[in-house]
Amino acid sequence: MKKAFLFSILILGTAVMQAGGYRISIQGQKALAMGHTGVAVLNSSELVFFNPAGLVHLENRFNISAGVSGVFSNVAYQNESTGANTMTDSPMGTPLNFYASYKATDWLAVGLGVYTPYGSSVEYEDDWAGSHLVNNIDLQAIYIQPTVSVKITDKFSVGGGPIYVTGSVNFNRNLNRTLTDLEGNRSEVTIDATGVSSWGWTASTMFRVTNNLTVGANYRSEIILDAEDGDADFENIPNTPLAPFEDTTFNASLPLPAEMTVGLSYSCEKWLFAFDFNRAFWNVYESLDIDFANPDIPDSKNIRNYKNASTYRFGVQYAATDMFTLRAGYYFDESPVQDGYFAPETPRNDSNGYTAGLTLNVTDRLGIDASFLYLHFKEVDASYDFYTENGQSVPFRGTYKSNAFAPGLGLTYKL
Amino acid sequence: MKNILKLTLGLLTIGLMGCEPEFENAVTDEGFYSSGTADFSRFVSVGNSLTAGYADNALYITGQQNSYPNIMAQQFEFVGGGDFTQPLMNDNLGGLLLNGTQIANNRLVLSIDGEGNGTPVILEGQPTTDVINGPTGPFNNMGIPGAKSFHLVAPGYGNVAGILNGTSNPYFARIATSESASIIGDAMTLNPTFFSLWIGNNDILAYATSGGTGIDQTGNLDPTTYGPGDITDPNVFAAVYSQELDAMTAGGAKGVVANIPNVTSIPFFTTVPARSIPLDAPTAAAVNAQFGLYNTQVLPGLVAVGVISAEEAALRMINFEAGTNYPIITDDSLTDVSAILQGPPFNLPEAIAQLLGQLRQANDTDLVVLIAASELGTVPDPGNPSGVIGVSIPLEDRLVLTATEHGFVANATLAYNASIQGLAATKGLAFVDANAALQQVSSGGIGYDGGVLTSTFGTGGAFSLDGVHLTPRGYAYVANLFIDAINAEFDATIPKVNIGDYGTITPANN
Repeated sequence: MKKAFLFSILILGTAVMQAGGYRISIQGQKALAMGHTGVAVLNSSELVFFNPAGLVHLENRFNISAGVSGVFSNVAYQNESTGANTMTDSPMGTPLNFYASYKATDWLAVGLGVYTPYGSSVEYEDDWAGSHLVNNIDLQAIYIQPTVSVKITDKFSVGGGPIYVTGSVNFNRNLNRTLTDLEGNRSEVTIDATGVSSWGWTASTMFRVTNNLTVGANYRSEIILDAEDGDADFENIPNTPLAPFEDTTFNASLPLPAEMTVGLSYSCEKWLFAFDFNRAFWNVYESLDIDFANPDIPDSKNIRNYKNASTYRFGVQYAATDMFTLRAGYYFDESPVQDGYFAPETPRNDSNGYTAGLTLNVTDRLGIDASFLYLHFKEVDASYDFYTENGQSVPFRGTYKSNAFAPGLGLTYKL
Repeated sequence: MKNILKLTLGLLTIGLMGCEPEFENAVTDEGFYSSGTADFSRFVSVGNSLTAGYADNALYITGQQNSYPNIMAQQFEFVGGGDFTQPLMNDNLGGLLLNGTQIANNRLVLSIDGEGNGTPVILEGQPTTDVINGPTGPFNNMGIPGAKSFHLVAPGYGNVAGILNGTSNPYFARIATSESASIIGDAMTLNPTFFSLWIGNNDILAYATSGGTGIDQTGNLDPTTYGPGDITDPNVFAAVYSQELDAMTAGGAKGVVANIPNVTSIPFFTTVPARSIPLDAPTAAAVNAQFGLYNTQVLPGLVAVGVISAEEAALRMINFEAGTNYPIITDDSLTDVSAILQGPPFNLPEAIAQLLGQLRQANDTDLVVLIAASELGTVPDPGNPSGVIGVSIPLEDRLVLTATEHGFVANATLAYNASIQGLAATKGLAFVDANAALQQVSSGGIGYDGGVLTSTFGTGGAFSLDGVHLTPRGYAYVANLFIDAINAEFDATIPKVNIGDYGTITPANN
């Protein structure tokens, strides 16, 4: 039964951006239920993502955590001066994760993680008011991370490992605000690249100050996905030398920014409190430049100028009974998008995340985790000022209102 | 159990999908924009080709979709506007058939040659819209290309039988409810709560675009005696206009009307300069030699025998020089001397007498029409290389609107516009000064977020490739003018469109 449910989500498989930029912070059901804290929480093999240094402190020899969330996100747009309005019809996103760890000796644990921290799937109505910026985008990145965790002293451990990323991108927009073929169909381009891979790394440390107080720090490196020879497909192009567009290939680079997290947890009888601070180094995302192979086709430069952004996360856990563990959390997520750079393909302003969840311990070894996230964005008047026509800046303005819901399920198994 | 779980998951999914973000004040909320004192639930638009969305010398689907009434109707939806149905053509070629025989050309597109020069050409293809297979209404857009003021109330203007002899209109015949129907009558079957009327352009344009070959009918109060290229008498105009407004307001409808732009705002009359013939010094001298006796003997002789005045003789002098020259033209307001020149004392051969009959050189008061561009400087007869239009063959009368002719047009325009504005005020209608607005487009342009909208032919963005009708962007600008006028007159707050979102001319090589 549960298997069927997971499968039905996976075949829809895609990822929706629901945090700042195209970062999706859903990397563990237990952690998400606690506001996606975890850099100092000794809970499960979710530590492969949150803090590999902690794996060696887990009580059990063998730990597995797997989970998936269904992300339902919506963006509403309107422009009061023209009345233009639309609502995205984005497919459900399914960020998923699988973690396993094995304590080989008292001082060494090894692990493996597969997770999807970056992605975005936004579908606007075709030919909507901002279709010259984006009609739809689907960006996916899967991280695969072998991990080691080493205890240096009883209180101090380090961990880390290499990260292999494989990703894909599919992006469609109209060429400009007005060009059509003779039938009035808007001229558009779709760029598509799959199997784009790259390498990065992660390193972390954990310090158990007392039996109750733990602090941790985790760093994940920047990874640049270089798409080479992707397909660029031009459609509805009128037959004229004024529109020299034809199918070609393209190169483009998309940065997956580095992220630093520091945090602490404090446990007291049945209670556990956690705080994480994330800093995402988005300033690497200066411009999305699409370099078409055909020299007659002008390259597409899309200025982004993201800024580094912070997230503040708070979580609490209460072990109510042997069978039930309850969790709740909150986070404030700062947007990396600066004023005037608000592009509708990543229409994100600051947001507040409210989370809750529980674990049902079916047996001593097997637990079912559930989580729920509601992400609230304030209504925002914003513009993207770097689209030009004939050398003149043509800002795309409007009011945006977004939200997202993400119910998730997972399994924890320990041996 | 299985089913309950499925149901729960299904409901959860639907529930979460349904939790869409809502604006505090959504533009789609009732009351966000106000209809003021007007009711837009049944909007009917009456007029001519401009109302129909005609562009590039044809009526075709995407043009109709960007007609100003259709753009207005889309904005009216924010304030209670209902469906707006247009009599869409069958295709985007635009040509029109009558019983399978083509009676109107396909649309013009901008063809680009190897050097990057653009020329309007007729789009190739077999049109599929036949007058006899028209769609069934009623239609909210009752813009009929070619209609003049008095046609709107003329019964039988949509009778298929009258198309070929010119007593009826194929575009109305395509959608008319009966052989004896009138445009206004059919429009009123929708019982409109709000209407727009923009009519009268063809009452002067048909004369002007044909270079004043028609007649200024000012003083003739019987429009049934008018030819297709004539100027409508201003009193006739005022009477039928008043009658039309009476008909449309009889059911209590409110409305908006627009006046008539001067032809000098339209690139059809302003693109080809009066002075357009480049000659080098030897050629100019050779041409002048041809006209030497005409200037020095014939013209003074005609003055001497009292056939023409000294002023007319001066006007008829031909003189080319090195540089850009005025073409020679036929001006039917000149005294026709072709018969006299064949008799004594001139005794000129008939061909030469015909050439000189109503000949003069153009001057800066003449408006040379757009379609003259494809004739000026050309050699129509390959067997006669010295026969060059504008140099040795006069530009035909139909290609030049002379100062006198333009004066007739301007006077009629002024009179019509006085009637329109006066009747609008009397009836409490919103009034659009389209004349002033298009004057502004042609003199300085209208700034928008992607540039400046001007009436420059080809590149200005306002006018389509026929030089008379507007582009989608031009029509969007007009729709905004209408909305402005409506908002002001009826205390409404209907949002306007961004004209930068609308296209201009279509480049395409056949």
